Amino acid sequence: MTHNNRKGIQSVNRVSAINARAKKPARPLSVRLAGELKKNWALYLMILPVIAYYIIFAYIPMSGVVLAFKDFKVKLGIFGSPWAGLKHFERFFGGYNFWLLLRNTVGISLYTLLVGFPIPILFALLLNYLKQERLRKTLQMVSYAPYFISTVVICGMIAIFMDANTGIFNQIIAGLGGTPVDFLSNPRYFKSIYVWSGVWQGMGYSSIIYISALAGVDPSLHEAAIMDGATKIQRIRHIDLPGIKSTIVMLLIMQMGSLMNVGFEKVFLLQNDLNMQASDVINTYVYRVGLIQNNYSYSTAVGLFNSVINMALVIAANQLSKRLTEESLW
Amino acid sequence: MDKRRTIKKKKPNADSVFDMVNLAVMLVLLVVFLWPLWFVVIASISDPGQVWQGNVILFPKGITLDAYEEVIQYKSIWSGYRNTLLYTLLGTAINMVLTVCAAYPLSRRDFPPRKILIIVLMVTMYFSGGLIPTYLVVNRLGLIDTVWAMMIPNALSVFNIIVTRTYFVNSIPEELREAAQLDGAGTVQYLFRVVLPLSKPILAVIGLFYAVGHWNDFYSALIYINSQQLLPLQSVLRKLLLTTQMTLQISSSMSPEEIMRKTQLAQTLKYSSIIVSTVPVLCLYPLVQKHFVKGMMIGSVKG
Repeated sequence: MTHNNRKGIQSVNRVSAINARAKKPARPLSVRLAGELKKNWALYLMILPVIAYYIIFAYIPMSGVVLAFKDFKVKLGIFGSPWAGLKHFERFFGGYNFWLLLRNTVGISLYTLLVGFPIPILFALLLNYLKQERLRKTLQMVSYAPYFISTVVICGMIAIFMDANTGIFNQIIAGLGGTPVDFLSNPRYFKSIYVWSGVWQGMGYSSIIYISALAGVDPSLHEAAIMDGATKIQRIRHIDLPGIKSTIVMLLIMQMGSLMNVGFEKVFLLQNDLNMQASDVINTYVYRVGLIQNNYSYSTAVGLFNSVINMALVIAANQLSKRLTEESLW
Repeated sequence: MDKRRTIKKKKPNADSVFDMVNLAVMLVLLVVFLWPLWFVVIASISDPGQVWQGNVILFPKGITLDAYEEVIQYKSIWSGYRNTLLYTLLGTAINMVLTVCAAYPLSRRDFPPRKILIIVLMVTMYFSGGLIPTYLVVNRLGLIDTVWAMMIPNALSVFNIIVTRTYFVNSIPEELREAAQLDGAGTVQYLFRVVLPLSKPILAVIGLFYAVGHWNDFYSALIYINSQQLLPLQSVLRKLLLTTQMTLQISSSMSPEEIMRKTQLAQTLKYSSIIVSTVPVLCLYPLVQKHFVKGMMIGSVKG
């Protein structure tokens, strides 16, 4: 109580503060608002451009999804354009490539999740038990590096290493007496190339959070386990994994939420006419019909479908984890 | 008793196998991480013919700087470089100012709209208008094909705001503010004199994230930029690395040997341009490395 009063007196001038305190129960909203603004004006001023930013670049575009239910005419603008009902959705669901897009999108993300999610955990655990201190530090440093390389350069490197004539993989194949394979032109290899290059680029960075979670595991548990003669594998199973369970679950929920959000840049950059069968995903389709073919309404409808599924996935994953582990994002 | 003894006897054995396998796996990983990067470096300084024939595997062969000479003469790389430098410096400055402007009020317990504003921000993490509605807004603002399109539409990241706010809440004690107020310091003064200096680790980390994001940004230019002279480095690199078009001019008067040589040089140009474009980012990283894990840890604690 005295604590609060002291603050009040300092920020507002003395007389009005005492008045305000005396009248506290009956103070009208406008006076309270004015007092609050006077006290915290700097905070409101700071947050103003931030709110403006989110209104303009997040909430106005969100309202722009009505475009999905309209026939966009440039002259009439978003809100003046005539309604089209569910026409665009029907066209998308009935389109020849709907199942292909869905299969590729879900396929690539499930593959990414299955491979890309456990590997950083495994890496963190193994790194944690590595006896060679210097190797551990070096490996940690080196494994973060690819994360900072741009997607364009990563894809450029993929193209170099996967080259049908001069790439290292084909040199190895040739050395073993096989026939060279043009990896990037063959739909069969696309998903694997995408996922495993992503593992190479991201596993070090993704492991940071697990490494720091492992550092927080109670060391006395390990001491007790060693006394009892537990092996390292037993310690991993019964101490480390339970210790970082909540971190794992949190990250898993977050990943589930982006299941339909295959990284646009990388797929787009690795895409070519020959591997389209495996590489065309919803995100790249939205770009192609939207900005290349200028089919604004249709593109928005496809995008909206994608984000609605995403939304449902986050909520479902969160609900599931709440029930199973009492761990949730909100 | 008996059982325990057998476990104890087994223990050193099982663990040493584990250690050996672990060491082996880690050494393989070290090679897997390093070799691709190493290869790009040695290929960029090797004789193009040797690289072409696949003779360059572990060490450079026929060391030459031809590839770097080609990069220096390749004009659009340098205009891309200049643009990217501008986008990165100015863009990161805008990011940092706005992020602090968002994170600090949201970290203050006595700021009433805090809770609702956090929800307002979090919603944008999971739901967005999508490509076209955002494009139309940027278009309406007249930002298409201007330098601002590279910096304004992604001026803030909710994730970075939350991380910064969590850091403010967790590592700067409330008592400091009360003490500062007793000394007559206003909000702004307190922010600059106390909060920001104490938050160097997190500011370094999010600064790095933003800067690397701008440096590597290819998407914004793909969507918003048409003019050749505004293209950032990554767009130029894409043309160089990922399209099959000839990057070096070949005229019909050239002999077959010259054409072969040009083709090989075009290949090594890829390596040298990767080096030239990636080294600045990799140099930035050790500078903030010591803050990295600490900043990440304190910031990402659920708050």
